[in-house]
Amino acid sequence: MAKYIGKRLLYMLLSLWMIVTATFFFMRIAPGNPFASEKKLPPEIEANLNAHFGLDKPWYAQYWEYLVRIVNWDFGPSFKYKSQTVNDLINEGFPVSFLLGMEAIFIAVAVGVLLGIIAALKHNRWPDYTAMIVAVLGISVPSFIMASFLQYFLAIKMGIFPVARWETFMHSVLPAVALASTPMAFIARLTRSSMLEVLANDYIKTAKSKGLSRGVITVKHTIRNALLPVVTYMGPLTAGILTGSFVIERIFGIPGLGAHFVTSINNRDYTVIMGVTVFYSILLLVSILLVDIAYGIIDPRIKLAGGKKGE
Amino acid sequence: MNKRLSIFFSMLLVLSMFLAACSGGGDNADGGEKGGDDGGKSDVPQELRVNINTEPPSLNPGLAEDSTSGTVLRNVLEGLTRINQDGKPEKAMAEDIKVSEDGKTYTFTIRDAKWSNGDPVIAKDFEYAWKWALDPANNSTYAYQLYYLEGAEAFNTGKGEKDAVGVKAIDDKTLEVKLVNPTPYFEELTAFYTYLPVNSKIAEANPEWATDAGENFTTNGPFHLVEWAHSDKIVLEKSETYWDAETVKLDSIEMIMINDPNTELSMFDNGELDWAGAPTGALPTDAMQALKDEGRLVTQPIAGIYNYKFNTTVEPFNNVNIRKAFAHAINRQELIDNILQGEQLPAMAIVPPSMFEENEKGYFPDNDVEKAKEYLQKGLEELGYKDASELPAVTLSYNTSEAHQKIAQAIQDMWKQNLGVEVTLDNAEWNVFLDKVNQMDYQVARMGWLGDFNDAINFLEMYRDADGGNNNTGWESKEFQDLLAKSATETDPEARQQLLKDAEAIFMEDMPVAPIYFYTNNWVQAENLKDVAVSGLGDVQYKWAYFE
Repeated sequence: MAKYIGKRLLYMLLSLWMIVTATFFFMRIAPGNPFASEKKLPPEIEANLNAHFGLDKPWYAQYWEYLVRIVNWDFGPSFKYKSQTVNDLINEGFPVSFLLGMEAIFIAVAVGVLLGIIAALKHNRWPDYTAMIVAVLGISVPSFIMASFLQYFLAIKMGIFPVARWETFMHSVLPAVALASTPMAFIARLTRSSMLEVLANDYIKTAKSKGLSRGVITVKHTIRNALLPVVTYMGPLTAGILTGSFVIERIFGIPGLGAHFVTSINNRDYTVIMGVTVFYSILLLVSILLVDIAYGIIDPRIKLAGGKKGE
Repeated sequence: MNKRLSIFFSMLLVLSMFLAACSGGGDNADGGEKGGDDGGKSDVPQELRVNINTEPPSLNPGLAEDSTSGTVLRNVLEGLTRINQDGKPEKAMAEDIKVSEDGKTYTFTIRDAKWSNGDPVIAKDFEYAWKWALDPANNSTYAYQLYYLEGAEAFNTGKGEKDAVGVKAIDDKTLEVKLVNPTPYFEELTAFYTYLPVNSKIAEANPEWATDAGENFTTNGPFHLVEWAHSDKIVLEKSETYWDAETVKLDSIEMIMINDPNTELSMFDNGELDWAGAPTGALPTDAMQALKDEGRLVTQPIAGIYNYKFNTTVEPFNNVNIRKAFAHAINRQELIDNILQGEQLPAMAIVPPSMFEENEKGYFPDNDVEKAKEYLQKGLEELGYKDASELPAVTLSYNTSEAHQKIAQAIQDMWKQNLGVEVTLDNAEWNVFLDKVNQMDYQVARMGWLGDFNDAINFLEMYRDADGGNNNTGWESKEFQDLLAKSATETDPEARQQLLKDAEAIFMEDMPVAPIYFYTNNWVQAENLKDVAVSGLGDVQYKWAYFE
């Protein structure tokens, strides 16, 4: 196991390096620069700025400097937000996105799995159809429409929740639901189809014929085996949701990390682009690793250490 | 392990049901309340809630370069002058202003005023702030706003000495400023945010003073900076140490950062904001008509222009008659009525009417198709083409945005209908677009321009030199340059105004730019909110605001 994890960590470092390199070069190939605006700067000031941020150095020097910075976990100052460093942006934005993301994941998994189970147990009867209509809606309605819809009905018309902002728990409900709707629907469908598959297996029949109660069969034999695909999906989902959603954060005015992914590119805020990319990549790589480890726990048939022959 | 996992999932199920049942309930006392129409009472809370869209990139006046930072700074700091409710500069930190005969030396006497920590505001605070912004080591992108001072440009570009800059604190109360040229709008400039003072005692000891609210962020304006939650909100409170504190009626201002026009309007409608729309935020364009019909929309013209630049170095726009043909064949009023819907003013001139009143009419009639056809014919002959179909392919470039696209499509259609010219549209992301325009890699390109201060020079100066950073048309004219040069040394305001008008006339005769419309600000505000001052430049001040 230790050997397996060690090997995976090595691969993770390699992937990270590739991501950093690709981002660095794509970013620099894109036309424009962080100081571009409708009102053009006097050339002397621009040259001075370029020198200050090291943009006048040859690309390999900048690239090397950047790698060193990542190793030291110091992404440098933001070009645009002069009162904050990139580390500040991440340290302040991530906890907000994380909290909102956890809430959304909780809703997505809880409601999604529940809907999936009900649908599978009542296969081809009305609960199944209802659950799947909800799921199809969840998948096909984009999150920004869902968000505006929730705002309009639950906040403006019914006055139950505030329209936007990030203050109390009540403020977090609408964005969390909007954020959760698509993954929830996805999880519901995944759960349903794999439940149906498992229910058709011989060992379920055996369990039934043994005289086990329906509840025991469902919980101990069916759900456990049926959740494997859901766990697979959880890895990328977690990384994606925890780092924040640009659309949801924008609509609800949430000071999370999501906005920086898009605005930093529009601003050509090089250090922020690299900072959030590296941060997201690490989160994604780690969560995929965790999922792989979780496999082994849920389903002992999957052996992480691999065959004896090894490398 | 098995058992624990199944217990965990059963718990999830139970919890999820609980959650599903719960999400219908909850309480929010002031939910459906409308945007404050409980007027009439004298004990109305004087707490203003506005949206400023985004995090201000910097609250150090030397580094600020955008309107969001400007909005916060104007309300917490105070310069030598302040633009009053009528849009004119009035004495603020300066108690007295003396101008020398030649108009090049200003002597400001600083009034008895205090920073929020009790330090007196002294002349050195201004000298320090201005020189700091000009110091090349500090990388201020807006330092060029101070180039009116003697020796400022040389110091900022590394060719001169700090001590040679024309600003000097003679004593605590006296600030002497030397200018390169007599600058009739200099008093107005001293209200601009790059000219705001900085508490030199604190800034010298702590260069990072402006990164957060707290005791280092001392203010001398109508409000204190109490809280700055980055990317979330800024809270200002009335300053008791402000010299004119009795005028200030608001107790606090909460500036939130929501960058979505629909949410902003929803929050306003839900009573969570007292103001939605320009100048600090934005309204959704789809909602304009409805708001107008309800009589809630407030519209105010601002000094800004939306125009199409021609690349005068390539065919066919190297020909003045072709340029004129394209400029005349646009139906501006139709664009405004159907697309923009914000009561903008059709622009047939380059300087906004707030500076030159007669520009409401402009130099030519809007949508003059007959004239356009004549110009086109003349242009075609001069270029040696038989008809419009032989013209080189024309491309219209703009940066990606729904409004720009709609306008471009409408104008594309107008040019086809009126001139019979096929135009291709080309949109690009903002930075890519700017790069293209700066490298003159375009034929017709959209550009906007907003004035920094209330003077026509703002809208003319950029076209002085063909290689000037903001010209981008390749056009220049000796006559135009001479007139601008004369205006710089002219001390009589009337005569100077005339020189600038003459310069504009030359510009319009050559038409390197097709003006489209003059900007307006549109917003909705709580009915009992009074006296928020929005200047002709679109700058907002809350010094005089109150709820009745």
